[in-house]
Order: sequence, then C-alpha cells, then structure tokens
Amino acid sequence: MEYIVLCKLVPDLVEDLEVNSEGTDLDRQFLKLVLNEFDEHALEEALLLKEAHGGRVTVVAPEADGVDEVLYTALAKGADRVIKVTGLGEKLSNKRLAGALRNFLPSLGFDLVLTGVQAVDDLDGQVGMLLAGYLDIPHVGVVTGVEVEPERKVARVRKEYAGGLLGEFEVQLPVVLGIQAARQPPRYAPITKVRQAMKEGKIEAVEGRAPLGLQIQVRRLFKPEATGHAEILEGPPEEVARRIVAVLEERGLLR
Amino acid sequence: MPKPGLDKVDKILEKDVAILEGMDISGHWNRMFEQRVVWDYSTEILERITSLSGGESLGWCYQCGKCVPVCPVDMVGDYGPRKIYRKVQLGIDLFHDPDLWLCTTCMNCLRVCPKEVNMIEIMPAAREVAVQDGNVPPELQKVFENTAKYGNPMGESPRKRAEWVKEAGVPVTILPMTPRPVDVLWYVGSYPSYHPRGKDAARAMARVFYALGVDYAILGHEEKEDGDSIRLAGEKGLFEMLAESNIRTFQKYSFNRIVVTGPHEYNAFKNLYPQYGGAFEILHYTQFLAPMLPQLQKMFVKELPYTVTFHDPCYLGRHNGEYDAPRKLLQAIPGIRLVEMPRCRENGYCCGGGGGGMWLDGFSRDFIRERLSDRRVKEAVEVGAEILAVCCPYEVSRFEDSVKATGNEGKLLVRDIIELIDEAMGSPKTR
Repeated sequence: MEYIVLCKLVPDLVEDLEVNSEGTDLDRQFLKLVLNEFDEHALEEALLLKEAHGGRVTVVAPEADGVDEVLYTALAKGADRVIKVTGLGEKLSNKRLAGALRNFLPSLGFDLVLTGVQAVDDLDGQVGMLLAGYLDIPHVGVVTGVEVEPERKVARVRKEYAGGLLGEFEVQLPVVLGIQAARQPPRYAPITKVRQAMKEGKIEAVEGRAPLGLQIQVRRLFKPEATGHAEILEGPPEEVARRIVAVLEERGLLR
Repeated sequence: MPKPGLDKVDKILEKDVAILEGMDISGHWNRMFEQRVVWDYSTEILERITSLSGGESLGWCYQCGKCVPVCPVDMVGDYGPRKIYRKVQLGIDLFHDPDLWLCTTCMNCLRVCPKEVNMIEIMPAAREVAVQDGNVPPELQKVFENTAKYGNPMGESPRKRAEWVKEAGVPVTILPMTPRPVDVLWYVGSYPSYHPRGKDAARAMARVFYALGVDYAILGHEEKEDGDSIRLAGEKGLFEMLAESNIRTFQKYSFNRIVVTGPHEYNAFKNLYPQYGGAFEILHYTQFLAPMLPQLQKMFVKELPYTVTFHDPCYLGRHNGEYDAPRKLLQAIPGIRLVEMPRCRENGYCCGGGGGGMWLDGFSRDFIRERLSDRRVKEAVEVGAEILAVCCPYEVSRFEDSVKATGNEGKLLVRDIIELIDEAMGSPKTR
C-alpha cells in the first residue's frame, strides 16, 4: 500500500499573534511555524496503517520556514519518503496548493492520501476535497479512524456525528481522506532519531506548478471586539449566594 | 523442566532413614529441596538491561534489602529498588512496566547499597530504550516535545523567558541585548523564568544580587532548559541537543563563573556538560551567597520570627554533597529558628520531582498511595515548622500543592531561601 500524507505549517499559537500594519494579515516577522495538528494526526494514522499492512508512507509539504525540521521528524517517526513542494510562495491558497498537488501526486502512485481535516490558519479544509475532485476519486472528510483491506482495495472509515453517533463507510481505493483524529495520539520522535534523519535522510524537492487562479482577498484581519462580559459577584458569601439564586431564577434555570 | 511460577519448591526429599558417612542423620534435618523453579526463569530481560551502558550494575544486586527503608517511593507504594531486580529476574519486562517511571533518581538507595547497584544509571538507560521505542507516558511526551520546540518544559514562548525581569524592581542585564564581560553569569532556569512562584524567587534573587552589588547578567531568550531531568527521564538525545546549545551560548560571552538557581542545572553543568566541551566554574546560589554572609548580615533589616525547617534537594545534597550552605544562610537570617526533620541531610526525603517525576504525577498517582511531596509536607508540620524552606525551583510548586492537598493551608508556608533573604533585607529596590 502506498500512503501519501499532506502536511502544512501554520502559525504557532505559543507566540502572541500580531496583525500587520495594513490590517490584512499576521505580522510574519516573528512568527514561528509548526506542523498543523490535524496533519500530525494524518501522519499518525498513515504510520499505523503501514505498521498493520506494510507499504510506504510519503509525506508531502509546501515549502515554509521550518518545513525541513517537520519532514525530518516525519522520517524519524517512520515515514519512508519526504517531499517539499517549492516555489508556491508564502500566501498560498488551498486551491492553488491542490492544483499543484494534482499535477504531481499521480506520478508518485498512491492508494490513500491522508490530510488533516483542516488547518488552524485558514479553517478552509478544502485541499483534500479539491484534490479528490481534480483526480476524480472519492473523498471522505472528518475521519476519526481508518482500516484498509488491501486485497479488496477498499478502506473502511469512521466519522463521529453529533449526538454521540458513529458512522462507518466503505470506500474504494484510491481515496483522499480528511483526518480529524488518528486512532491514537501522535507518537514521539526521539531527538536522536530526528538528528539521525537530519544526517542520513533526504528531503526531495519538487517544483510546484499551478496557476494563481482566483484569489480571495482578506479585507480586514482584527481581534474580536468583546460584546458580552462575565459578571463577577462580590460581597459576603451569603449575599453572593442570594444573588446567584436570584440570577438563576430570573433566567428560568430553577425548577 | 519445571514451569515458571510463584510456587518455589517442586519436591521435598526426606528419607525415613539416612546414614551419611556412618552417621545416622534420620529425621527432618536431612530434608533436601530439589532445584527451585526460580532457576528456570528467563534471564533475557535482565541480560538486556545489564548489557546497556549504565545498566550493568543491576546484575550485582544480592537482595540484601538495605535500599528498602530508604527508598522514598517504596514508602508509599509497591515500587522498590530491590524489587526491580527480583521482578526482572521473575521475567517482568521493565521496558513496558510502570516501575520504569517511578524512580525519582534521588540516590538514597545507592548511598546505602553495599553492591553499588546504581539506579541513577540503570533507570535512565532502560528509559532511553523505552523512549527510542516510542513508549513514553503521554504527559512526559508533551514535556519532551515542548522542550525540544521551545527550550522549556512548559511550552512557553522562548521570547518571554526574561519577562519576569519587568517586575523585579531592579535593573537586570540581559546579555544578548547588552553584551559585556561580567563576573557572574546567572543561569535562571525554566521554572524561575516561567512558573508564577518560580518568578518570585527569580525576582528576589535579582534584588539580593543588586543590593550586594554583584556584577552579573542573565541570558534572556538565549537560555534553554538545562536538560538534566530530561536525560534522567530517558531522552538523552534531547539532553545532548540542549547541552550543545547552552554551551555554545555560554561560550559567546565573557564571565568568570556561573551561578545557578536550581540543583538540577547545577548537577548538569558541573558533572555532565564538561563531557560535551563545556567546563565552567559552577556555584549553586546558596554556595555563592554563603561566603558573602558578613556583608549580607549587615543588610538584614527585618526579623523573621518563624520556626523553619529545610528540605535538602536530592541533587544538591546527596548527588553533590552540599548540605551546609543553605543551612548557614537560613541560620543567619534574624529571627529564624531552624529545626530539622528526622529525614534530613544524607537521608533527606525526596519531593518526587527528580528524574522526570516532576512531569509524571498523573502517571504515578495510580501506583502510589501518597505523593512524595504530600508526605514531606506532613513531616515538616510534625516538627512544628511554620515555614518549609527550599532551594530547588521544582519544590515550591510541588510543596505548595501538597500543603493544600494535605489540609495544612494556613499552617505551613513554603519559601525559597532566596525569598526569605530578600524579605529579611526588606526587598531592596532601586531608589
């Protein structure tokens, strides 16, 4: 089985985010980038499948600050091949990324493409769908567990629905999956293995080609203005207790 | 072949009449035991551990049990250093057993061990195998990932490492911003840089240094976690990465000596970093301040009329032999009456934070009856202390939690020694 994992780097929320002076984007001067958490789960799910059924895991990520480290870490975790897509620029739309992937993923050959269900930087979640559409193969999103039957060339995937329901689907391979969570938390990559990968591993580079196409312009990026506030009740405990009861009664929360 | 199991004796031979070399030895003293099944257990795991660099001494254990009454974890659970050898002998896979993560590397077992079975080396070596296999308790994994990414175990922004300086009330030189040769490079440490109570100690230290006119500076955002506890928790590769990075940083600047806030970095810098090319003069802050007592004493303006007991940090005391400097400082503070807990100095109890224990409370709670820090707090209360004095940045948060958990809030305060010195000096600020 051939697994391709699509990864992308997003701003690290450990650093305070600042809006640039034009108010249209983040101030990227001190921005630190980390692997999108959902993509980390996609990689974990692919590694679990590889452990169960054999095969190869190839990780593909567009070029960004820190992408090498992310790809070496993927090698340390057990990926077989890592590829960075160059030349697509910093402000990369998902449509353009999917367009670039469409052009070269088929040459790699694959049974499953796994990608994070969405990325925290744009909450767009369309790379997987667009790619599946371009390649005319099935797509299932918001997946929380994958099993494959290599002989029958099918995958069984699960989705969690609201109200505590689980749905199970059978889908023909090849398929593109948007992973919400792997079956287990992403594994640890010991630093010695990461360093070994840095010494011995190889990052392949592929030049991304895709038309710019229609771009969505960000009109304004800003911090939300607070509308409602929490009310702090102060005073002696008895009085606070009386007021809590009054508030609950007033809102119809007492029977 | 007898089957391995817990029944120890397969067959007893007892002859009704036995005559040996002409002597009648009939009776139950001629009782013979056949080979015990214990000899048939697989030695595979034991051999795997003893073949590790650092794991050799596990094979030397002869089960005397001297470690049993001194092991702080044995006292609150089923774990015990002697039992490790026995369990491994019985075929337990230590690499996948909870026992692997319970040792705090406090070193009290090694102190009393006649065979020098060295858990301080055995545990990290075995843990390293587990870490390489990806078998790490989740809370510890998070700490490894945070430290690799941000240089501190709590995953805070490296850019904010020196933010505490703003409320110190005195000027603090940050070398990357204003490089200059200094006498003392103060390595602040991760907890004093980020933990709210740790920051209190850092600010107190800055004020005391300022008042004493110490020519010092800190490394700000260039400082990274020392990595000693990371190493003991089994992530040697990460430790080496941190050591190389810190040594490179140290070498960029000109200073005479390094003063550290915590015993763990003291241990790392003094005993491990030289192997990675970074040999410097290292002083724990209590060792740096103790010789300055004549000067300090003239600056004390406030009496602290409290009964105080002192908790020896394992990595300052047992690991590095320093018991007196902290006590000298405490005794010099006007008003303080120092009382000792029964387990003190060489036999000091462990707070549970060493060897990765700082980041395994959620894991170990299923295997111990009581947190080690809870037990220690009770001991402090028993000797009538009003203040539990510490000088390791792990301890303030651990013991303060335990004061609450054991219902001793209001009875016992936890203070770093530097906080007490600062208070006795009236918290000197820039005029």
